Amino acid sequence: MAIINAVTDADFDEIVLNAPGPVLVDFWADWCGPCRQLAPILQEIADEKGEQLTVVKIDADANPVTPAKYRVTGLPTINLYNGGEVVASIVGVRPKSALLNEIDKHL
Amino acid sequence: MSTQSSTAGHAPSSVRNLIVIGSGPSGYTAAIYAARANLEPLVFEGSVTAGGALMNTTDVENFPGFPDGIMGPALMDNLRAQAERFGAELVADDVTEVDLLGDVKTVTLGDGSTHAARAIVLATGSGYRKLGIPREDELSGHGVSWCATCDGFFFREQNIVVVGGGDSALEEATFLTRFASKVTLVHRRDELRASKIMQDRALANDKIEFAWNSEVAELHGEHSLESVTLRDTVSGETRSLDATGLFIAIGHDPRSELLRGQVDLDDEGYVLVQTGSTATNIPGVFAAGDLVDHTYRQAITAAGTGCAASLDAERYLAGLEHAGAPQPDAALID
Repeated sequence: MAIINAVTDADFDEIVLNAPGPVLVDFWADWCGPCRQLAPILQEIADEKGEQLTVVKIDADANPVTPAKYRVTGLPTINLYNGGEVVASIVGVRPKSALLNEIDKHL
Repeated sequence: MSTQSSTAGHAPSSVRNLIVIGSGPSGYTAAIYAARANLEPLVFEGSVTAGGALMNTTDVENFPGFPDGIMGPALMDNLRAQAERFGAELVADDVTEVDLLGDVKTVTLGDGSTHAARAIVLATGSGYRKLGIPREDELSGHGVSWCATCDGFFFREQNIVVVGGGDSALEEATFLTRFASKVTLVHRRDELRASKIMQDRALANDKIEFAWNSEVAELHGEHSLESVTLRDTVSGETRSLDATGLFIAIGHDPRSELLRGQVDLDDEGYVLVQTGSTATNIPGVFAAGDLVDHTYRQAITAAGTGCAASLDAERYLAGLEHAGAPQPDAALID
């Protein structure tokens, strides 16, 4: 099973923006029910994409700077970063097929 | 998904006793009862909706048995675990098609696989109603939200608008005062539908202002919400209100699209059931929860009708086995 690491405001630049390949970031919070619904879908995507895609998560409550920087005001939000830029942003829970459609355009 | 899976277009490999479609309090409760009755229910929870509407709530204070309240998602985790413990097979996938008319009912999933059962419990609940105004979708997640629990904390020290006049709207408005500098409750009429206790709480809250006889007519803001235009429902006058957050709690519509043309629905799309029962117009098809309920729409009433649907299905299945023989009354109910 692919591991979905937690990133923070402190290491976001290093792990996400400076990454050599695409990184999918799950903005979540502990009390967000839909985020729980999304978690197993993201795990499947991480498992299937393997080396092609890094999947990480950031607790939007504990790390306020990064969500503010990217104007995240709804949870869950999934941003796909490549070369330090946001290339896709998806707000709310979607079926896996819909997420893959959006993600695959950028891989 | 074990032996019940089959490839697209092929007939299902075996016929189950019971399939439950939906996974809120009513779907999981139906599953708990059916599993305990050894009906080996197959439950389609939905790919993104597992747990149902309570996944978007915080404290549930009125579910009996939890004197200190319980978080909505935790309550749903418990119900799910309880169904699983007794052997319900839970599948987090969406049903895209149903054929309910025959003695054997079939259910098709997004991947084309079909599943068959002699009885079905419909418990697909309801979906959020939208305002239906321009830019609502575009600004969704950028100020416009249907989940105060999830998104409220992004609006610390900011102005928030809540739309609606029922319990959900007042609960959200009250919850959001933890974060917001001001919450304006926008309601189309000059009185609230909400329960007395929720009204008292909201009316006593200094941070909540009320915009009576008002509706949100327009949304403004470049990248995210900055202000809304309110229209007076009596005079038609408009005014602008600065707000970075808009939470919509104007009710739900039954999720019955799949059933159209098969199960009798009322004008608003709710499934019609026989009085004092969960039976629809089709033998072997039962319906429960918010899909049926115009009136109460509570977690506990949904759980109650989910239980009833399972018992009704159990009795129906027993009747099939003993076709022709007289029915022992309630013999199968513990």
